[in-house]
Amino acid sequence: MGAGHGHKLHFHGHSPVHRAPAHLKILTLLAFMLVVVATPREWYPVFGLYLLVVVAVIALSRVPVTYILKRCVVEVPFLFFALLLPFVATGPTTEVLGVTVSQHGLLAAWALLVKGTLGVLASLTLAATTEPQELLRGLERLHLPNQLVQIMAFMVRYLDVVTGEMQRMKVARDSRGFSARNPRHWPVLARSLGALFIRSYERGERVHLAMLSRGYTGRMPR
Amino acid sequence: MSTPVLDVRGLAYAYPDGHQALYGVDLHVHQGERVALLGPNGAGKTTLVLHLNGILTAGAGSVSVSGLPVEKAHLQEIRRRVGVVFQDPDDQLFMGTVRADVGFGPANLGIKGPELDRRVMHALDLVGMADFVDRPPHHLSFGQRRRVAVATVLAMEPEILVLDEPSSNLDPASRRELADILRSLDVTLLMVTHDLPYALELCPRAVVLSDGSVVADGPTYDVLTDDALMRANRLELPFGFDPRTVGPRP
Ligand SMILES: Nc1ncnc2c1ncn2[C@@H]1O[C@H](COP(=O)(O)OP(=O)(O)OP(=O)(O)O)[C@@H](O)[C@H]1O
Ligand SMILES: [Mg+2]
Repeated sequence: MGAGHGHKLHFHGHSPVHRAPAHLKILTLLAFMLVVVATPREWYPVFGLYLLVVVAVIALSRVPVTYILKRCVVEVPFLFFALLLPFVATGPTTEVLGVTVSQHGLLAAWALLVKGTLGVLASLTLAATTEPQELLRGLERLHLPNQLVQIMAFMVRYLDVVTGEMQRMKVARDSRGFSARNPRHWPVLARSLGALFIRSYERGERVHLAMLSRGYTGRMPR
Repeated sequence: MSTPVLDVRGLAYAYPDGHQALYGVDLHVHQGERVALLGPNGAGKTTLVLHLNGILTAGAGSVSVSGLPVEKAHLQEIRRRVGVVFQDPDDQLFMGTVRADVGFGPANLGIKGPELDRRVMHALDLVGMADFVDRPPHHLSFGQRRRVAVATVLAMEPEILVLDEPSSNLDPASRRELADILRSLDVTLLMVTHDLPYALELCPRAVVLSDGSVVADGPTYDVLTDDALMRANRLELPFGFDPRTVGPRP
Protein backbone atom coordinates (compact mmCIF):
# COMPACT_ATOMS: atom_id res chain seq x y z
CA MET A 1 0.00 0.00 0.00
CA GLY A 2 0.89 3.65 -0.17
CA ALA A 3 2.41 4.06 3.24
CA GLY A 4 6.18 4.09 3.08
CA HIS A 5 8.21 3.30 6.11
CA GLY A 6 9.88 6.05 8.07
CA HIS A 7 9.78 9.71 7.23
CA LYS A 8 12.39 10.59 4.71
CA LEU A 9 13.87 13.43 6.70
CA HIS A 10 14.05 11.82 10.11
CA PHE A 11 17.13 9.96 11.28
CA HIS A 12 16.48 7.72 14.24
CA GLY A 13 18.83 8.28 17.19
CA HIS A 14 19.14 8.92 20.92
CA SER A 15 21.59 11.81 21.13
CA PRO A 16 21.03 14.85 23.37
CA VAL A 17 19.86 16.72 20.28
CA HIS A 18 17.24 14.03 19.62
CA ARG A 19 16.09 14.12 23.22
CA ALA A 20 15.85 17.92 23.57
CA PRO A 21 12.23 19.14 23.84
CA ALA A 22 10.82 19.91 20.40
CA HIS A 23 9.55 23.38 21.23
CA LEU A 24 13.03 24.42 22.40
CA LYS A 25 14.51 23.15 19.19
CA ILE A 26 11.96 25.05 17.12
CA LEU A 27 12.64 28.26 19.03
CA THR A 28 16.38 27.78 18.71
CA LEU A 29 16.07 27.23 14.98
CA LEU A 30 13.91 30.33 14.64
CA ALA A 31 16.32 32.46 16.67
CA PHE A 32 19.29 31.12 14.74
CA MET A 33 17.65 31.92 11.41
CA LEU A 34 16.75 35.44 12.52
CA VAL A 35 20.31 36.11 13.62
CA VAL A 36 21.73 34.70 10.38
CA VAL A 37 19.39 36.74 8.23
CA ALA A 38 20.03 39.90 10.23
CA THR A 39 23.83 39.59 10.03
CA PRO A 40 25.29 42.09 7.50
CA ARG A 41 26.55 40.11 4.56
CA GLU A 42 30.03 41.72 4.68
CA TRP A 43 30.84 40.16 8.08
CA TYR A 44 32.45 37.19 6.42
CA PRO A 45 34.16 35.54 9.42
CA VAL A 46 30.93 35.58 11.45
CA PHE A 47 29.30 33.24 8.94
CA GLY A 48 32.17 30.83 9.47
CA LEU A 49 31.30 30.87 13.15
CA TYR A 50 27.63 30.10 12.37
CA LEU A 51 28.67 27.20 10.20
CA LEU A 52 30.82 25.92 13.04
CA VAL A 53 27.82 26.03 15.37
CA VAL A 54 25.65 24.04 12.95
CA VAL A 55 28.40 21.49 12.35
CA ALA A 56 28.89 21.12 16.11
CA VAL A 57 25.17 20.42 16.60
CA ILE A 58 25.19 17.89 13.75
CA ALA A 59 28.22 16.19 15.27
CA LEU A 60 26.51 16.10 18.66
CA SER A 61 23.38 14.56 17.12
CA ARG A 62 25.49 11.80 15.49
CA VAL A 63 23.48 12.08 12.28
CA PRO A 64 25.92 11.27 9.48
CA VAL A 65 26.97 14.44 7.65
CA THR A 66 26.37 12.70 4.32
CA TYR A 67 22.75 12.07 5.36
CA ILE A 68 22.20 15.80 5.80
CA LEU A 69 24.23 16.80 2.74
CA LYS A 70 22.28 14.48 0.47
CA ARG A 71 19.06 16.14 1.54
CA CYS A 72 20.53 19.56 0.77
CA VAL A 73 19.61 19.05 -2.88
CA VAL A 74 16.38 20.98 -2.20
CA GLU A 75 18.61 24.04 -2.25
CA VAL A 76 19.86 23.49 -5.80
CA PRO A 77 17.32 25.73 -7.56
CA PHE A 78 18.29 28.58 -5.23
CA LEU A 79 21.97 27.98 -5.86
CA PHE A 80 21.29 28.17 -9.56
CA PHE A 81 19.55 31.49 -9.05
CA ALA A 82 22.40 32.72 -6.85
CA LEU A 83 24.96 31.84 -9.52
CA LEU A 84 22.97 33.80 -12.06
CA LEU A 85 22.86 36.99 -9.99
CA PRO A 86 26.42 38.28 -10.62
CA PHE A 87 25.75 38.14 -14.36
CA VAL A 88 22.37 39.80 -14.48
CA ALA A 89 22.76 42.47 -11.78
CA THR A 90 23.87 45.99 -12.81
CA GLY A 91 26.21 48.57 -11.23
CA PRO A 92 29.99 48.66 -10.85
CA THR A 93 31.72 45.57 -12.14
CA THR A 94 34.70 43.55 -11.12
CA GLU A 95 36.62 40.64 -12.54
CA VAL A 96 36.57 37.10 -11.20
CA LEU A 97 38.69 34.48 -12.96
CA GLY A 98 38.77 36.66 -16.04
CA VAL A 99 34.98 37.14 -16.25
CA THR A 100 33.41 40.55 -15.74
CA VAL A 101 30.61 40.39 -13.16
CA SER A 102 28.50 42.85 -11.17
CA GLN A 103 29.83 43.66 -7.69
CA HIS A 104 26.33 44.01 -6.26
CA GLY A 105 25.34 40.77 -7.88
CA LEU A 106 28.36 38.99 -6.47
CA LEU A 107 27.61 40.18 -2.97
CA ALA A 108 23.91 39.31 -3.30
CA ALA A 109 24.82 35.85 -4.56
CA TRP A 110 27.18 35.33 -1.62
CA ALA A 111 24.49 36.39 0.84
CA LEU A 112 21.86 34.13 -0.74
CA LEU A 113 24.30 31.25 -0.87
CA VAL A 114 25.57 31.45 2.67
CA LYS A 115 22.35 32.41 4.44
CA GLY A 116 20.33 29.93 2.45
CA THR A 117 22.75 27.09 3.08
CA LEU A 118 22.92 27.81 6.81
CA GLY A 119 19.11 27.87 6.97
CA VAL A 120 18.75 24.62 5.07
CA LEU A 121 21.42 22.87 7.16
CA ALA A 122 19.85 24.00 10.42
CA SER A 123 16.32 23.05 9.33
CA LEU A 124 17.46 19.64 8.12
CA THR A 125 19.17 19.06 11.44
CA LEU A 126 15.90 19.81 13.23
CA ALA A 127 13.98 17.51 10.88
CA ALA A 128 16.54 14.74 11.21
CA THR A 129 16.47 14.79 14.99
CA THR A 130 12.76 15.33 15.67
CA GLU A 131 9.86 13.00 14.88
CA PRO A 132 7.07 14.77 12.97
CA GLN A 133 4.70 14.00 15.85
CA GLU A 134 7.09 15.64 18.30
CA LEU A 135 7.42 18.65 16.03
CA LEU A 136 3.64 19.09 16.02
CA ARG A 137 3.47 18.75 19.78
CA GLY A 138 6.25 21.34 20.03
CA LEU A 139 4.29 23.77 17.88
CA GLU A 140 1.25 23.14 20.04
CA ARG A 141 3.25 23.93 23.17
CA LEU A 142 4.33 27.17 21.51
CA HIS A 143 0.61 28.04 21.26
CA LEU A 144 0.40 27.98 17.51
CA PRO A 145 -3.35 28.16 16.73
CA ASN A 146 -4.83 24.69 17.10
CA GLN A 147 -6.39 24.68 13.63
CA LEU A 148 -2.99 25.24 12.02
CA VAL A 149 -1.44 22.41 14.02
CA GLN A 150 -4.31 20.12 13.01
CA ILE A 151 -3.90 20.98 9.33
CA MET A 152 -0.19 20.19 9.59
CA ALA A 153 -0.95 16.96 11.42
CA PHE A 154 -3.25 15.85 8.62
CA MET A 155 -0.61 16.82 6.10
CA VAL A 156 1.97 14.66 7.87
CA ARG A 157 -0.52 11.81 8.13
CA TYR A 158 -1.61 11.82 4.49
CA LEU A 159 1.66 12.80 2.83
CA ASP A 160 2.58 9.14 2.41
CA VAL A 161 -0.88 8.20 1.22
CA VAL A 162 -0.95 10.93 -1.41
CA THR A 163 2.61 10.35 -2.61
CA GLY A 164 1.78 6.64 -2.75
CA GLU A 165 -1.24 7.43 -4.86
CA MET A 166 0.87 9.64 -7.10
CA GLN A 167 3.43 6.86 -7.43
CA ARG A 168 0.76 4.33 -8.40
CA MET A 169 -0.66 6.71 -10.98
CA LYS A 170 2.82 7.16 -12.42
CA VAL A 171 3.33 3.40 -12.61
CA ALA A 172 -0.06 3.01 -14.29
CA ARG A 173 0.81 5.79 -16.77
CA ASP A 174 4.24 4.43 -17.57
CA SER A 175 2.90 0.88 -17.95
CA ARG A 176 0.72 2.13 -20.75
CA GLY A 177 3.53 3.67 -22.72
CA PHE A 178 3.54 7.20 -21.36
CA SER A 179 6.82 9.07 -21.64
CA ALA A 180 7.46 12.26 -19.71
CA ARG A 181 10.13 13.17 -22.30
CA ASN A 182 7.64 13.42 -25.10
CA PRO A 183 6.03 16.91 -25.09
CA ARG A 184 3.00 15.52 -26.86
CA HIS A 185 2.28 13.48 -23.74
CA TRP A 186 2.48 16.44 -21.37
CA PRO A 187 -1.25 17.20 -21.31
CA VAL A 188 -1.64 13.80 -19.66
CA LEU A 189 0.50 15.02 -16.77
CA ALA A 190 -1.86 17.93 -16.19
CA ARG A 191 -4.83 15.60 -16.31
CA SER A 192 -3.33 13.14 -13.84
CA LEU A 193 -2.54 16.04 -11.54
CA GLY A 194 -6.22 16.95 -11.76
CA ALA A 195 -7.18 13.37 -11.02
CA LEU A 196 -4.84 13.33 -8.04
CA PHE A 197 -6.47 16.49 -6.75
CA ILE A 198 -9.96 15.01 -7.10
CA ARG A 199 -8.89 11.78 -5.43
CA SER A 200 -7.30 13.63 -2.52
CA TYR A 201 -10.36 15.82 -2.21
CA GLU A 202 -12.67 12.83 -2.13
CA ARG A 203 -10.44 11.10 0.37
CA GLY A 204 -10.75 14.25 2.48
CA GLU A 205 -14.51 13.88 2.34
CA ARG A 206 -14.36 10.21 3.32
CA VAL A 207 -12.01 10.98 6.22
CA HIS A 208 -14.44 13.66 7.34
CA LEU A 209 -17.30 11.13 7.28
CA ALA A 210 -15.21 8.71 9.30
CA MET A 211 -14.54 11.50 11.81
CA LEU A 212 -18.22 12.39 12.04
CA SER A 213 -19.02 8.72 12.60
CA ARG A 214 -16.92 8.82 15.71
CA GLY A 215 -18.64 11.83 17.16
CA TYR A 216 -16.49 14.65 15.75
CA THR A 217 -18.26 17.97 16.17
CA GLY A 218 -15.71 20.37 14.73
CA ARG A 219 -13.19 20.51 17.58
CA MET A 220 -10.37 18.08 18.12
CA PRO A 221 -10.57 16.38 21.51
CA ARG A 222 -7.69 17.39 23.78
CA MET B 1 -39.89 -9.40 21.38
CA SER B 2 -37.52 -6.75 22.72
CA THR B 3 -36.75 -3.49 20.89
CA PRO B 4 -34.44 -4.31 17.99
CA VAL B 5 -30.97 -2.79 18.17
CA LEU B 6 -31.42 -1.75 14.58
CA ASP B 7 -34.83 -0.96 13.18
CA VAL B 8 -34.98 0.20 9.58
CA ARG B 9 -38.44 0.75 8.12
CA GLY B 10 -39.32 1.63 4.56
CA LEU B 11 -36.03 3.44 4.06
CA ALA B 12 -35.74 5.15 0.68
CA TYR B 13 -32.98 7.43 -0.47
CA ALA B 14 -31.99 9.28 -3.62
CA TYR B 15 -28.56 10.87 -4.01
CA PRO B 16 -28.51 14.61 -4.72
CA ASP B 17 -27.83 13.86 -8.41
CA GLY B 18 -31.22 12.14 -8.53
CA HIS B 19 -29.99 8.55 -8.53
CA GLN B 20 -32.34 6.49 -6.38
CA ALA B 21 -30.17 4.10 -4.38
CA LEU B 22 -32.65 2.64 -1.86
CA TYR B 23 -36.31 1.77 -2.42
CA GLY B 24 -38.03 1.03 0.88
CA VAL B 25 -35.61 -1.12 2.86
CA ASP B 26 -36.85 -2.98 5.95
CA LEU B 27 -34.30 -4.49 8.30
CA HIS B 28 -34.45 -5.47 11.95
CA VAL B 29 -31.44 -6.66 13.86
CA HIS B 30 -31.75 -7.86 17.43
CA GLN B 31 -29.30 -7.81 20.32
CA GLY B 32 -26.39 -10.21 19.86
CA GLU B 33 -27.19 -11.15 16.25
CA ARG B 34 -24.50 -11.37 13.59
CA VAL B 35 -25.93 -10.47 10.22
CA ALA B 36 -24.25 -10.47 6.82
CA LEU B 37 -25.43 -7.89 4.30
CA LEU B 38 -24.89 -9.32 0.83
CA GLY B 39 -25.54 -7.97 -2.63
CA PRO B 40 -23.84 -7.18 -5.93
CA ASN B 41 -21.83 -4.01 -6.62
CA GLY B 42 -24.05 -0.96 -6.60
CA ALA B 43 -26.87 -2.65 -4.69
CA GLY B 44 -26.93 0.13 -2.12
CA LYS B 45 -25.16 -1.56 0.78
CA THR B 46 -22.80 1.30 1.57
CA THR B 47 -25.65 3.78 1.15
CA LEU B 48 -27.66 1.81 3.72
CA VAL B 49 -24.69 1.74 6.12
CA LEU B 50 -24.33 5.52 5.86
CA HIS B 51 -27.92 5.88 7.08
CA LEU B 52 -27.38 3.80 10.18
CA ASN B 53 -25.36 6.48 11.97
CA GLY B 54 -26.96 9.48 10.36
CA ILE B 55 -24.29 10.42 7.81
CA LEU B 56 -27.06 10.33 5.21
CA THR B 57 -30.59 11.31 6.16
CA ALA B 58 -33.51 9.14 5.09
CA GLY B 59 -35.51 10.47 2.16
CA ALA B 60 -38.50 8.42 3.34
CA GLY B 61 -38.96 5.87 6.09
CA SER B 62 -37.08 5.73 9.36
CA VAL B 63 -34.05 4.29 11.11
CA SER B 64 -33.86 3.80 14.86
CA VAL B 65 -31.18 2.36 17.08
CA SER B 66 -32.39 0.71 20.28
CA GLY B 67 -35.55 2.75 20.01
CA LEU B 68 -33.79 6.08 19.42
CA PRO B 69 -34.65 7.53 16.01
CA VAL B 70 -31.68 8.64 13.88
CA GLU B 71 -32.29 12.38 13.80
CA LYS B 72 -30.16 15.48 14.05
CA ALA B 73 -31.16 16.07 17.67
CA HIS B 74 -29.39 12.94 18.97
CA LEU B 75 -26.72 12.25 16.39
CA GLN B 76 -24.00 12.20 19.03
CA GLU B 77 -25.74 9.43 20.97
CA ILE B 78 -26.50 7.52 17.74
CA ARG B 79 -22.85 7.64 16.78
CA ARG B 80 -21.88 6.26 20.14
CA ARG B 81 -24.33 3.39 19.71
CA VAL B 82 -23.47 2.56 16.10
CA GLY B 83 -19.80 1.95 15.31
CA VAL B 84 -19.06 2.02 11.60
CA VAL B 85 -15.78 0.64 10.24
CA PHE B 86 -15.23 1.93 6.71
CA GLN B 87 -13.73 -0.06 3.91
CA ASP B 88 -10.43 1.81 3.57
CA PRO B 89 -8.50 1.99 6.85
CA ASP B 90 -6.62 5.01 5.50
CA ASP B 91 -9.91 6.91 5.68
CA GLN B 92 -10.57 5.71 9.19
CA LEU B 93 -7.14 6.31 10.74
CA PHE B 94 -6.28 9.97 10.56
CA MET B 95 -4.37 10.79 13.74
CA GLY B 96 -0.63 10.69 14.30
CA THR B 97 -0.50 7.69 16.61
CA VAL B 98 -2.58 4.58 17.12
CA ARG B 99 -3.31 5.77 20.67
CA ALA B 100 -4.65 9.14 19.53
CA ASP B 101 -6.67 7.48 16.81
CA VAL B 102 -8.33 4.90 19.03
CA GLY B 103 -8.91 7.62 21.64
CA PHE B 104 -10.49 10.01 19.16
CA GLY B 105 -14.04 8.65 19.41
CA PRO B 106 -14.23 8.27 23.19
CA ALA B 107 -12.59 11.69 23.64
CA ASN B 108 -15.33 13.18 21.49
CA LEU B 109 -17.79 11.62 23.92
CA GLY B 110 -16.11 13.59 26.69
CA ILE B 111 -14.09 10.73 28.18
CA LYS B 112 -10.62 11.61 29.39
CA GLY B 113 -7.77 10.69 31.73
CA PRO B 114 -7.38 7.14 33.02
CA GLU B 115 -10.79 6.04 31.72
CA LEU B 116 -9.75 7.09 28.19
CA ASP B 117 -6.52 5.14 28.55
CA ARG B 118 -8.41 2.12 29.80
CA ARG B 119 -10.78 2.21 26.83
CA VAL B 120 -7.94 2.60 24.34
CA MET B 121 -5.91 -0.25 25.76
CA HIS B 122 -8.94 -2.50 26.12
CA ALA B 123 -9.99 -1.94 22.50
CA LEU B 124 -6.45 -2.57 21.27
CA ASP B 125 -6.21 -5.71 23.41
CA LEU B 126 -9.37 -7.06 21.82
CA VAL B 127 -7.84 -6.80 18.35
CA GLY B 128 -4.36 -7.87 19.49
CA MET B 129 -2.70 -4.56 18.66
CA ALA B 130 -1.75 -3.33 22.14
CA ASP B 131 1.95 -3.38 21.31
CA PHE B 132 1.47 -0.86 18.54
CA VAL B 133 -0.14 1.84 20.64
CA ASP B 134 2.55 4.46 20.08
CA ARG B 135 3.20 3.77 16.40
CA PRO B 136 1.92 6.04 13.63
CA PRO B 137 -0.96 4.20 11.89
CA HIS B 138 0.46 4.76 8.41
CA HIS B 139 3.52 2.69 9.28
CA LEU B 140 1.43 -0.41 9.94
CA SER B 141 0.66 -3.15 7.45
CA PHE B 142 -2.74 -3.19 5.80
CA GLY B 143 -4.10 -5.98 8.00
CA GLN B 144 -2.83 -4.23 11.12
CA ARG B 145 -4.47 -1.00 10.01
CA ARG B 146 -7.75 -2.81 9.48
CA ARG B 147 -7.53 -4.21 13.02
CA VAL B 148 -6.77 -0.79 14.48
CA ALA B 149 -9.73 0.57 12.50
CA VAL B 150 -11.93 -1.98 14.25
CA ALA B 151 -10.42 -0.91 17.59
CA THR B 152 -11.18 2.77 16.95
CA VAL B 153 -14.84 1.83 16.89
CA LEU B 154 -14.73 -0.72 19.72
CA ALA B 155 -13.30 1.99 21.98
CA MET B 156 -16.64 3.75 21.74
CA GLU B 157 -18.30 0.62 23.17
CA PRO B 158 -21.01 0.59 20.52
CA GLU B 159 -24.19 -1.43 20.72
CA ILE B 160 -23.84 -2.48 17.13
CA LEU B 161 -20.72 -2.83 15.04
CA VAL B 162 -21.15 -2.19 11.32
CA LEU B 163 -18.33 -3.26 9.03
CA ASP B 164 -18.12 -2.38 5.33
CA GLU B 165 -16.25 -5.21 3.58
CA PRO B 166 -13.93 -6.09 6.47
CA SER B 167 -12.15 -8.94 4.69
CA SER B 168 -11.32 -7.10 1.46
CA ASN B 169 -7.61 -6.79 0.65
CA LEU B 170 -6.60 -9.00 3.56
CA ASP B 171 -4.31 -11.96 3.08
CA PRO B 172 -5.80 -15.32 4.14
CA ALA B 173 -4.09 -15.31 7.54
CA SER B 174 -5.17 -11.76 8.39
CA ARG B 175 -8.64 -12.59 7.14
CA ARG B 176 -8.87 -15.55 9.50
CA GLU B 177 -7.40 -13.55 12.41
CA LEU B 178 -10.02 -10.86 11.88
CA ALA B 179 -12.72 -13.55 11.84
CA ASP B 180 -11.44 -14.85 15.18
CA ILE B 181 -11.52 -11.34 16.60
CA LEU B 182 -15.02 -10.63 15.33
CA ARG B 183 -16.30 -13.95 16.65
CA SER B 184 -14.79 -13.28 20.08
CA LEU B 185 -16.54 -9.92 20.44
CA ASP B 186 -19.70 -9.80 22.45
CA VAL B 187 -21.47 -7.28 20.24
CA THR B 188 -24.24 -7.11 17.65
CA LEU B 189 -22.71 -7.21 14.20
CA LEU B 190 -23.79 -6.12 10.74
CA MET B 191 -21.22 -6.99 8.12
CA VAL B 192 -21.31 -5.90 4.49
CA THR B 193 -19.38 -8.40 2.43
CA HIS B 194 -18.78 -9.96 -0.96
CA ASP B 195 -16.90 -12.76 0.72
CA LEU B 196 -19.61 -15.42 0.92
CA PRO B 197 -17.59 -18.09 2.76
CA TYR B 198 -16.75 -15.41 5.33
CA ALA B 199 -20.45 -14.61 5.71
CA LEU B 200 -21.26 -18.28 6.22
CA GLU B 201 -18.45 -18.66 8.73
CA LEU B 202 -19.31 -15.63 10.85
CA CYS B 203 -22.97 -14.77 10.42
CA PRO B 204 -25.85 -17.13 11.10
CA ARG B 205 -28.19 -14.75 9.26
CA ALA B 206 -27.87 -13.09 5.86
CA VAL B 207 -29.78 -10.29 4.17
CA VAL B 208 -29.53 -9.81 0.42
CA LEU B 209 -29.88 -6.31 -0.96
CA SER B 210 -30.41 -5.92 -4.69
CA ASP B 211 -31.12 -2.72 -6.59
CA GLY B 212 -31.99 -0.93 -3.39
CA SER B 213 -34.44 -3.44 -1.89
CA VAL B 214 -34.14 -6.42 0.41
CA VAL B 215 -34.79 -9.54 -1.67
CA ALA B 216 -33.91 -12.21 0.87
CA ASP B 217 -33.50 -12.47 4.61
CA GLY B 218 -32.83 -15.76 6.34
CA PRO B 219 -30.25 -18.22 7.61
CA THR B 220 -27.01 -17.71 5.69
CA TYR B 221 -26.84 -21.40 4.79
CA ASP B 222 -30.30 -21.31 3.20
CA VAL B 223 -29.51 -18.13 1.27
CA LEU B 224 -26.25 -19.47 -0.11
CA THR B 225 -27.80 -22.77 -1.16
CA ASP B 226 -30.77 -21.14 -2.92
CA ASP B 227 -29.36 -21.34 -6.44
CA ALA B 228 -32.16 -19.42 -8.13
CA LEU B 229 -31.90 -16.54 -5.67
CA MET B 230 -28.14 -16.48 -5.95
CA ARG B 231 -28.18 -16.37 -9.74
CA ALA B 232 -30.90 -13.72 -9.86
CA ASN B 233 -28.80 -11.41 -7.68
CA ARG B 234 -25.37 -11.84 -9.22
CA LEU B 235 -24.09 -13.66 -6.15
CA GLU B 236 -21.50 -16.26 -6.98
CA LEU B 237 -19.71 -18.67 -4.72
CA PRO B 238 -15.95 -18.79 -5.20
CA PHE B 239 -14.61 -21.69 -7.25
CA GLY B 240 -14.51 -24.89 -5.27
CA PHE B 241 -16.60 -23.63 -2.38
CA ASP B 242 -19.81 -25.49 -1.69
CA PRO B 243 -21.80 -24.55 1.43
CA ARG B 244 -23.41 -28.00 1.33
CA THR B 245 -20.12 -29.71 2.08
CA VAL B 246 -19.38 -27.22 4.87
CA GLY B 247 -22.87 -27.48 6.32
CA PRO B 248 -24.82 -24.88 8.29
CA ARG B 249 -22.98 -23.23 11.15
CA PRO B 250 -24.32 -23.55 14.68
N1 LIG C 1 -22.29 10.01 -4.10
C1 LIG C 1 -23.14 9.41 -4.96
N2 LIG C 1 -23.87 10.13 -5.83
C2 LIG C 1 -24.72 9.52 -6.69
N3 LIG C 1 -24.92 8.20 -6.75
C3 LIG C 1 -24.22 7.42 -5.91
C4 LIG C 1 -23.29 7.98 -4.97
N4 LIG C 1 -22.73 6.96 -4.26
C5 LIG C 1 -23.30 5.83 -4.75
N5 LIG C 1 -24.19 6.10 -5.73
C6 LIG C 1 -25.00 5.13 -6.47
O1 LIG C 1 -25.88 4.48 -5.57
C7 LIG C 1 -25.97 3.10 -5.87
C8 LIG C 1 -25.62 2.29 -4.61
O2 LIG C 1 -24.28 2.52 -4.28
P1 LIG C 1 -23.56 1.88 -3.02
O3 LIG C 1 -22.23 2.51 -2.89
O4 LIG C 1 -24.46 1.95 -1.85
O5 LIG C 1 -23.41 0.37 -3.52
P2 LIG C 1 -22.76 -0.86 -2.77
O6 LIG C 1 -23.84 -1.88 -2.61
O7 LIG C 1 -22.04 -0.43 -1.56
O8 LIG C 1 -21.75 -1.40 -3.88
P3 LIG C 1 -20.29 -2.06 -3.71
O9 LIG C 1 -20.50 -3.50 -3.45
O10 LIG C 1 -19.71 -1.85 -5.07
O11 LIG C 1 -19.57 -1.32 -2.63
C9 LIG C 1 -25.04 2.83 -7.02
O12 LIG C 1 -25.80 2.72 -8.18
C10 LIG C 1 -24.15 4.04 -7.08
O13 LIG C 1 -23.81 4.35 -8.40
MG1 LIG D 1 -19.94 -0.36 -0.95
